[in-house]
Amino acid sequence: MKKIEVFGNFLLFSAMLMAQIPSAEEILKKIDENMVFDQAISKSKMVIHGRIGDRTIESKAWSKGNDLAMVEYLSPAREAGTKMLKTADKLWIYTPEPTDRIITISGHLLRQSVMGSDLSYEDITDNSSMIESYNAKVLGTETIFERNCYVLELVAKKDDISYYKRKIWVDVERMLPLKEERFAKSGKLLKKTEILEVFQQDGRWYPRHMTFKDMLSRGEGTEYFINSIDFNVDIPEYIFTKAALRR
Amino acid sequence: MLALKLAYRNLVGGGLRTCLNVLILSFSFLVIIWHRGLMLGWDRQARTDTINQQVGGGQYWHENYDPFDPLALTEAHGIIPEKLQSKEKYLPILVAQATIYPEGRVQSVLLKGIEPSQKILAIPTEHLELNIEEIPVILGSRMAKNSKLKLNDFVTVRWRDAKGIFDAADAKVAHIFTTDVPIIDMGQIYLPLQKLQEMMQLRGEATIIVVNQETTIAHDVPPWLFKDHSILLKDLDEYLKMGTIEGIIMWFILLLLAWIAIFDTQVLSIFRRQKEIGTDIALGMTRGQVIRVFTVEGTMYGILAAILAAIYGTPLLYYQAVNGYAIPEGTGEMGIAISDVMYPYFSFGLVFGTAFVVLLTTAIVSYLPARRISKMNPTDAIRGKLQ
Repeated sequence: MKKIEVFGNFLLFSAMLMAQIPSAEEILKKIDENMVFDQAISKSKMVIHGRIGDRTIESKAWSKGNDLAMVEYLSPAREAGTKMLKTADKLWIYTPEPTDRIITISGHLLRQSVMGSDLSYEDITDNSSMIESYNAKVLGTETIFERNCYVLELVAKKDDISYYKRKIWVDVERMLPLKEERFAKSGKLLKKTEILEVFQQDGRWYPRHMTFKDMLSRGEGTEYFINSIDFNVDIPEYIFTKAALRR
Repeated sequence: MLALKLAYRNLVGGGLRTCLNVLILSFSFLVIIWHRGLMLGWDRQARTDTINQQVGGGQYWHENYDPFDPLALTEAHGIIPEKLQSKEKYLPILVAQATIYPEGRVQSVLLKGIEPSQKILAIPTEHLELNIEEIPVILGSRMAKNSKLKLNDFVTVRWRDAKGIFDAADAKVAHIFTTDVPIIDMGQIYLPLQKLQEMMQLRGEATIIVVNQETTIAHDVPPWLFKDHSILLKDLDEYLKMGTIEGIIMWFILLLLAWIAIFDTQVLSIFRRQKEIGTDIALGMTRGQVIRVFTVEGTMYGILAAILAAIYGTPLLYYQAVNGYAIPEGTGEMGIAISDVMYPYFSFGLVFGTAFVVLLTTAIVSYLPARRISKMNPTDAIRGKLQ
């Protein structure tokens, strides 16, 4: 009799929890509210863990929507002054003196790794909305990094989305994807990201410290730190022009 | 006739000196012919292999295809036109960019989808006829070495389909082939055309269409543009032309060495035989006759050398023409079409042309020092007084 009672309580609790879980679309919308911005200026640090040691690259980025982004490398000295400009599906890289050259990157090269890291040029300049790109369903709940998370499976809505399928673990309280797995169309796991530290600014939660790992390569992964970010800015249009690369 | 007799007597009288001169000259003969034969053999081999393994009888390129612009590949494909569907005459190849992960290392490659049963290009594509879960791939030995892949190894391939979605699968190395044409080897792997079309979501499409060597076509089939040998072999021909110029310089240097040997011998001979020349002139021999003796003498060196070179050179050159010349390892990695064993080509024109040029120039360099004799005073010459 007692066993039946315990089982009944368990069912009731589960039903209550499920009833509390918002819809997948609502979760994605809340993630977008945190992660997608109109414009922002940020300073970040990327630590690439390679086989022969670590490399640290610091950069400053100006972003507007999903189409426009300008990134300038600040350190190390060898890379300082190098700039990347992204407009829609085109990307230009400017290397300062002595070469003083602008090269265009598009197509397949956009998917290449940035300076040997686990991030592609596309990853680094991506600011796309999840709800616009994916159909989602909630798989359940799990606890990771001592935080309660919704587990969602995302399948691309359109044909031109890089990752056909994603699985994300979304912090119930802060609505940030603390863990994410990105899959190929065949189902092969391609990339894994984790958010290890977050911060709150202007009412939104944002990652402070993330890790990226290309699951097909044997590298040790790349750490990404957002040192500062300002969402309340008005970035002039000239920043996103080729002329600005040489300034 | 007198000149011939005297020249012959002088040569025989020269003994060891004559033997050495003839031997060195014959050696020059042989090296000149061997070197030119090697260059000619390379030219023929490089051209033939490039046609057999890469170019075929010509190629149709999709209008957006540019072999030097990998960025253009995403747009460089189209439905194979009905006119170019015959499998006996046309070989469609689809080209796409991808990344492979041999032992976790990241490496960019070109994927080339090709019909496994094709007979148009001399690439062992029959090894792609495998019914396995993984993608069967074949690759050249340079690519295998570069990516550290071995036969039956598995490697993960990641690509993006025509729409841009990432996909990945495992491939199995079904065969590693050796080729003299590095351009079909380095940085690329071959897989069945139908498989690549499925992977890229490009059913019935190709990037280039190779034409067999028996078909002679010169018409574009828009958006497919026909490229004939004059375009497809332009770079190779230019490279070979450079090799020909270098070959001629080498040929000239070897010839110069032969000339110097003859010239030296003649100058020394004239110096040593001043009294003899003076006596001959005093006894009534004309200056022209004296010049003729020395010129014939020098030319006879050439003739004797040609005979000697033919005696020991013919079996040597024949052996090389049949068994080839092993090229040092690594030469083919310089990006030029060169096989591990190069077969020299000794044409009739090469052998007899070289012999004629050597004999003619030998006669000229023999004549030049002998000309000085015409200015010599016979009494001074008999007294051994240098002029």
